[in-house]
Amino acid sequence: MNAMDSLILRTATRFLLPLLLIFSLFVLLRGHDEPGGGFIAGLIAAVAFSLYLFAFDASGTRKLMWMDPRPMLGWGLFIATLSGLPALFQGKAFFAALWWPVHVPGIGSVTLSTPLVFDIGVYMVVIGSVMAIVLALAEAEE
Amino acid sequence: MLLAVLSGFIVCLLAPWLTRSLGDRANWVLALAPAALFVYFLGWVPEIAQGEAITIHYPWIPGLEINMSFLVDGLSLLFALLISGIGTFIIIYAGGYLHGDERLPRFYAIMFAFMGSMLGLVLSDNIITMFVFWELTSITSYLLIGFNHEDRNVRWLALQGLIVTVGGGLALMAGLLMLAVAAGGEFTLSGILAADGIHEYPFFIGMLLAILFGTFTKSAQVPFHFWLPNAMAAPTPVSAFLHSATMVKAGVYLMARLNPALGESELWFYMLGIFGALTMLTGSIMALRSTGVKAILAYTTIMALGTLTMLIGIGTEGAIIAAMTFLLAHALYKAALFMLAGALDHETGTKDVTKMGGLRKLMPITFIAACVAALSLAGLPPLFGFIAKELMFEAVLEADALTTFLAILAVLSAIMIVTMAAVFALRPFLGERKETPKTPHEAPLSMLIGPVILATLSLIFGLAGFIPAAALVQSAVGAVYGEPIAVELYLWHGFNLPLMMSIAAVALGLVLFWKWDAALALFKRLTFIDRFGAERGYERFMDAIVAVAEWQTRLLQNGSMSNYLITIVLTIVGLTGWTLLVHTDTPIPLGVMDFNVYEAVIAALVVAGALFASVTSSRLGAVATLGIVGFGIALIYVLFSAPDLGTTQIMVETLTVILLVLVLFRLPGFLNYSAPATRIRDAVVALSLGGLMTLLILAVNDVTVTDPISDTLVEWSEPEGHGRNIVNVILVDFRALDTLGEIFVIGLAAIGVYAMIRFRAEDKAK
Amino acid sequence: MEPLMAFVVGGMFAASIYMMLRRSLVKLVIGLILLSNAANLLIFTVSGMHRGLPPLIAEGALLPEGGWADPLPQALILTAIVIGFGVLAFAVVLIHRAYEVVKEDDLDKMRSTDT
Repeated sequence: MNAMDSLILRTATRFLLPLLLIFSLFVLLRGHDEPGGGFIAGLIAAVAFSLYLFAFDASGTRKLMWMDPRPMLGWGLFIATLSGLPALFQGKAFFAALWWPVHVPGIGSVTLSTPLVFDIGVYMVVIGSVMAIVLALAEAEE
Repeated sequence: MLLAVLSGFIVCLLAPWLTRSLGDRANWVLALAPAALFVYFLGWVPEIAQGEAITIHYPWIPGLEINMSFLVDGLSLLFALLISGIGTFIIIYAGGYLHGDERLPRFYAIMFAFMGSMLGLVLSDNIITMFVFWELTSITSYLLIGFNHEDRNVRWLALQGLIVTVGGGLALMAGLLMLAVAAGGEFTLSGILAADGIHEYPFFIGMLLAILFGTFTKSAQVPFHFWLPNAMAAPTPVSAFLHSATMVKAGVYLMARLNPALGESELWFYMLGIFGALTMLTGSIMALRSTGVKAILAYTTIMALGTLTMLIGIGTEGAIIAAMTFLLAHALYKAALFMLAGALDHETGTKDVTKMGGLRKLMPITFIAACVAALSLAGLPPLFGFIAKELMFEAVLEADALTTFLAILAVLSAIMIVTMAAVFALRPFLGERKETPKTPHEAPLSMLIGPVILATLSLIFGLAGFIPAAALVQSAVGAVYGEPIAVELYLWHGFNLPLMMSIAAVALGLVLFWKWDAALALFKRLTFIDRFGAERGYERFMDAIVAVAEWQTRLLQNGSMSNYLITIVLTIVGLTGWTLLVHTDTPIPLGVMDFNVYEAVIAALVVAGALFASVTSSRLGAVATLGIVGFGIALIYVLFSAPDLGTTQIMVETLTVILLVLVLFRLPGFLNYSAPATRIRDAVVALSLGGLMTLLILAVNDVTVTDPISDTLVEWSEPEGHGRNIVNVILVDFRALDTLGEIFVIGLAAIGVYAMIRFRAEDKAK
Repeated sequence: MEPLMAFVVGGMFAASIYMMLRRSLVKLVIGLILLSNAANLLIFTVSGMHRGLPPLIAEGALLPEGGWADPLPQALILTAIVIGFGVLAFAVVLIHRAYEVVKEDDLDKMRSTDT
């Protein structure tokens, strides 16, 4: 993406990227109660990484992502599928939701649940898929 | 019982492994399986011989009333014993015949799968399960005929057998379903046989013809007889088992099974009687002009199948007794003869009887066994075949109609069968020693044990007819006739017309044997008849299918994207539009136009953007307006209470632009290829769909067909789903399984894209 | 609003089909994008459009205040939008690949190639 070699874009991206990523996590975690969720959060993160890709290059983007997109896609599918299993051990139907309120010192009461795990899986699948496509295309160009 | 039927399939899975680990002795070990089955079925004999019929149920697909139910009566037990008993010898024999062949594990596997299918077929009570097993026998048979799959011709012949039998199977399925309906929704054979009113079924004739089409193709009746001799491309153990004793008799089995339900019909009598008799004669004539050991036997099998069909058609007490006796006699001698034919072929290296001679000193056991079995085939005393043939003549003479016609055909075919029995038993062994490709010596024990025992049984049953009569034939006859009949089998029936017919047949047959070489020469000059044979009909039919397929492919799959699309669009517009026109009040009310100015502006922008994108000649302009359309839609989502959709739409819109920048601008610009006339046509097509969609929305506005489930979802969201964003609760909780499927789709699309790009890179590297 | 949207959706369907009937590969892609948007809007419209009633529940409440827009079609459309992107990406790359192999943008000239 050397054609888009713009100082303004690069500088802006440096500031925007962490904000967008934190925002995406925020959207993911609050998604059960407010607008948001795994799909939207995943898309926001993917847009953030794509922005970085345009400002810098593919190999830099790869380094920035804490995981290669294809394994992320695979793990996402795995986690999402896995979240349906605990219900089976309690004699309920596959994907019946379960909740565990946990008290975390300093933060207060946090509810862990299989839908949240599932949403995290969706989040990873969306980031993994979009970035696998975009990175592959960008690398093919280079 | 379930285990007994399924054991074939279980052993099928184990067979390759066992064969590899056991080596040369594998056949003896594997034969224990059918032998055990044989003993198991023998255990049923005392009970069944009392005239009992036992049904056993295992639920399989209870919702569809498909059960693994089994019916054990005289008929199925007779078949089960033949299958397992002869199967035992065949497995032993195959070890000798295919000794050292590396494909032996595969052979055993298919053979056991076939055996399991065949047992399932004859023991099933539910007609759906029976049909499944019926088709399984066709498929396993195909695999066995095509065993030498490297030979192109063999593949072709195997396919021929498959197409004929499976084609018949299709008709049979229709026939069986109609039969079930006719019997008042009864899907078990026992129920159908007990049902009333089948003959009053309005489509009775169609049903009967469909069933008979299935059984005739399976049992190689004229004019479908051609596939059976061609099936001799299979290794000899297969021919001996499938094409003499078992599979081809599946059709006979079904006709016998249904005889109590359908036998009263005139059509049944004439169809079975005439086609059976013609098949009997055709088989004999074709046998007479053959010189290959296996071909002779194959055609005599057709003769036997024709005889059985004819006897079931005649359907009198005597005829059914004759049919069951003939069935047993034929299975015994034919399996023996086939195994002996295989031994001859194996030892001499040729299949042609005219090229063999003087083998009696080299292969004495084979000679004696062949003589005994052939005497049974020819129907000479004191063998079991003689009893069967006498009964057959008697039955033909007491037929309700067509008596003379059937009797003449029966005697003619008997003459030729005597000749061919003599040819088979005497030609290779007597006379001068002829040079053969291999130096013959006696076949190994594994290849002789089967034929010797079976030939001995033919002799014992002939001398002591009361053994098979009491144990097997009587209960089988009862099952086929529909009510119990006392059966006694003995050699001497008195000096009567059937005996005269037999004597005449034997005398004339021996004369014909004496002049056989001259007869062969005569037949050689008559080969032009083949041009009008049934096999040519099959070839023509197959060619026609290919021609039709090519024609319709050219018509429908013409490779033009716009043609496909126009067809789809016009079909939708036609069908949906017609329904709309018929089922709604016209004119469709426009509804209440309540909207704000800014909403109208956004809507106008969206539709204008879409229209502009489709007419502009600038690629960049199109992509830019597409962006406007996308963001406009996002705004609509947000304004109308769907914040999640709005956000998603904006994100996807951004990513779409990135995608288009990365790929689309690598393609040529916006070129216009179409002529103005085409563009007008396309515009009309496009507008027709657009108009339809508008009308549809207007028509369904304010229409509620059923109560939406959404209200329940909303009510559950907080208490049950612990979430306040109902859309998200639906996605990750209520419909999580659905969402899981969707993320898999997304993942697959990504993998597909990755693969395409990656392979392109590899191609370039090359 | 629904009657107005009926015309918007109709116009988008017409535009998308017209574009997909063009022989240029690039126009086919544009048509595909329009078609998936049109389909989403169609479902959104027929499920009923309401202003200011998002299917969100206030904290402490059990139901959304003052009624709600149907959340189920929204959930379906949300996944449809994302899947639509996946399918679009696939189609775009496939078309690009076809163009590279055949070196031809005109769909009618591709008909005899099975590559």
